[in-house]
Formats: sequence, structure tokens, C-alpha cells
Amino acid sequence: MPDAGRTIEIQVLRYRPEQEDAPVWQSYTVPFSDDMSVLQGLQHIKDDIDGTLSFRWSCRMAICGSCGMMVNGKPKLSCQTFLRDLLPGPVRIEALAHFPIERDLVVNVDGFVKKLEGIKPYLIPKEPRTLAEGEYLQTPAQLEQIEQFSSCINCMLCYAACPQFGLNADFTGPGVLALLHRYNADSRDGGRAQRMEVLNAEEGVWSCTAVGYCSEVCPKHVDPANAVNQNKVNSAMDYFLRFLSPKGATR
Amino acid sequence: MSRDPAVGYRRPMRGWWRRDPFFVRYMFRELTAVAVLVYAIVLTVGVVRLAQGEAAFNGWLQALRSPASLLLHAVLLLSMVVHAHSWFEIMPKTMPMIFVGGRRLAATTIQRVGWGAAVVVTVVVFAAALWARA
Repeated sequence: MPDAGRTIEIQVLRYRPEQEDAPVWQSYTVPFSDDMSVLQGLQHIKDDIDGTLSFRWSCRMAICGSCGMMVNGKPKLSCQTFLRDLLPGPVRIEALAHFPIERDLVVNVDGFVKKLEGIKPYLIPKEPRTLAEGEYLQTPAQLEQIEQFSSCINCMLCYAACPQFGLNADFTGPGVLALLHRYNADSRDGGRAQRMEVLNAEEGVWSCTAVGYCSEVCPKHVDPANAVNQNKVNSAMDYFLRFLSPKGATR
Repeated sequence: MSRDPAVGYRRPMRGWWRRDPFFVRYMFRELTAVAVLVYAIVLTVGVVRLAQGEAAFNGWLQALRSPASLLLHAVLLLSMVVHAHSWFEIMPKTMPMIFVGGRRLAATTIQRVGWGAAVVVTVVVFAAALWARA
């Protein structure tokens, strides 16, 4: 429960397409306590002040990846960002940068989802295996190759941190490329050749200029910049391998 | 800035690099690459002058001693140090995971090895230059 008397100003970039041509800032004064997250501040606005405010959220514990937004200009999960750390305010909240705004803090994620589907984000077994043959085994070293990259929750904060994505929406982007690496680097996977086409493309790893902010803002320590940049080497090898072995290259 | 009912409102990217100190540092890092280029040009001119004979080369050496050249070199040296720093900072992100004795090599270790190699090469080059003069 908010403590009596303590308030903080929250400014929200609002966009209601039926009402305005361009987004406008709107200010709310919200009572708060030390344990309140930015998300809870927004929920207070929606429940008690202005029911028309739109934003996405679900789990409230940094697992679902729904509540990403720009908090004071930085990409953050609003459930994981606390109002007490933003005193004395005002707190400025905007939809995730570099994505088109659908309404208020809700962004259009169609492009992201399409890219995600495009990399076949699932294990493609090297050869069919019967139940009788048992489970796939992996050593701790093999697991370590993929573990951090498998922590991605698709929150898209890395896209809001990537100016190259902001300048070119066709760039596959840090998150999806990190997941691509997660499957390509998996010892049980045999789908590498199918994914290399996405990776090798101009819009693949080569659109990255190693800004590195994606890894900085990632709430799950996936380090997408590492996944993308080590695959520049893989992409170059894939290119030159075609001259040595027709079977080594994707195309 | 555009409004497309099917996609949504696209915010402008103008001035994006001023929006976050991280982007300002990134742009500065990219700018130091220009210093690397300028110094490469200075050295290339030296090689060309050397090919043109002793008088031409001495003229180039003379030009390097001018106050403007010394100032340029001070700026270039500082830029090269910043460039090296940013290069080693991003280096661990460009490499696959390295395991030594079953443990993953830390990013700071990779950076230190990079700096160590840079210092060794610099000392060797200076030592070689001093030895050649002696």
C-alpha cells in the first residue's frame, strides 16, 4: 500500500491514433511506497486515475518479457525498475524505442515475431531418433555453449538499445540473432545450414556495428552482442568454406 | 516520423546518437578510427617521400617537427589510445567462448591479454627504433 502523502510524478508518452496525429506527453501524480515498481505506478494510473492508458504486462517478475518500455530514456522492464530509484522524479515513460507505437506504451511487434519465426527457433535433430534410443545427452561444456543465450525472454529491450535496428527495421537484430546462435551452437541441433542464410544476409550479423548497448540493457545477461559478433567469424568462414568444400557452405 | 494505421506511429531517429551517453561514447569510438586513418596517411606519405630520395625524405622529417604537426600527433596519439581501449573493451564480445582448464575465460582476462600484447609490441617497436639509431 502506498504510504500516505508520498507522491511521484509519472509522465507518459500517450498515443491514441483515433485522437491525435502524433504522441503527446501526459503527466500523472501517483502515490507510491518504497516497494513499488514502475509497472505498479502505471497500474495505479490505469486503475484509479485514467483507465484509457494502454500498456502490456503479465508476470510482474521479469520472466514474461511483456513490460519493456523506455524509463527515463533507457530500455527497462518496468516490473524490475523501482520508483524509489527514480526519485525525486518526474519519471518519463515512453514505448520501447525503435518500434512503431500502436497505442500509448504498446508497440507493434509483428516484425520481431516474423524474424523470430524465420530462424526456426527450435531444435532440428541431426537424424531421426526413436524413443528406444533414449534422450539426447549433452556434456556440461556443451550446455555452457548455449545456456546464457537460451535465457532470452523476447522482451526486445536489446532492439530498443540498437541504433542500427532503429535506422533499419529490416535488421534481424540482437535478440533474434542471439537465439539463432543458441540453436546453431547446440550440440543436438542439425539445422545450422537452414539458419546460416539468415545469418549471412546483409540484414543478418553484418548490419551490426558492435555498438554493444544490447548486452548492457539485457535483463537476462544473454549478451546478444557476443552472439552476433562471434557469428561474423562463422559467417566469413561459411563464405570461404564454399571454395574448399561444396558441402561446407550453405549455398 | 510517420503514421501508418496498419503499423503504428514511427518515431524519428534524427539525433539518435545524442540520446544516450552510451551512443555518444560509441560515436566517439568510431571517430577515433579517423585518427588511425590520418596516421596511416602520414606514414604512407613518408614512404612515398623516401622513395623520392634523401632530400624529399628529409623535407618530410622537417615537416613532422613543425608545431602544427606536433599538435596533430598529440591528438592522434590520444585518439589511438582511446581507440585501443575501445577495441579491447569490445574484443571479448567478438570471440567465441574460450575454456581454459574447464572454466570459461573471463572478459577481463581477454582484455588484459590484449593490453599486454599491445604494450609488448609498443616496447619492442621502441627498442628496435632505439637500437637502429645507436
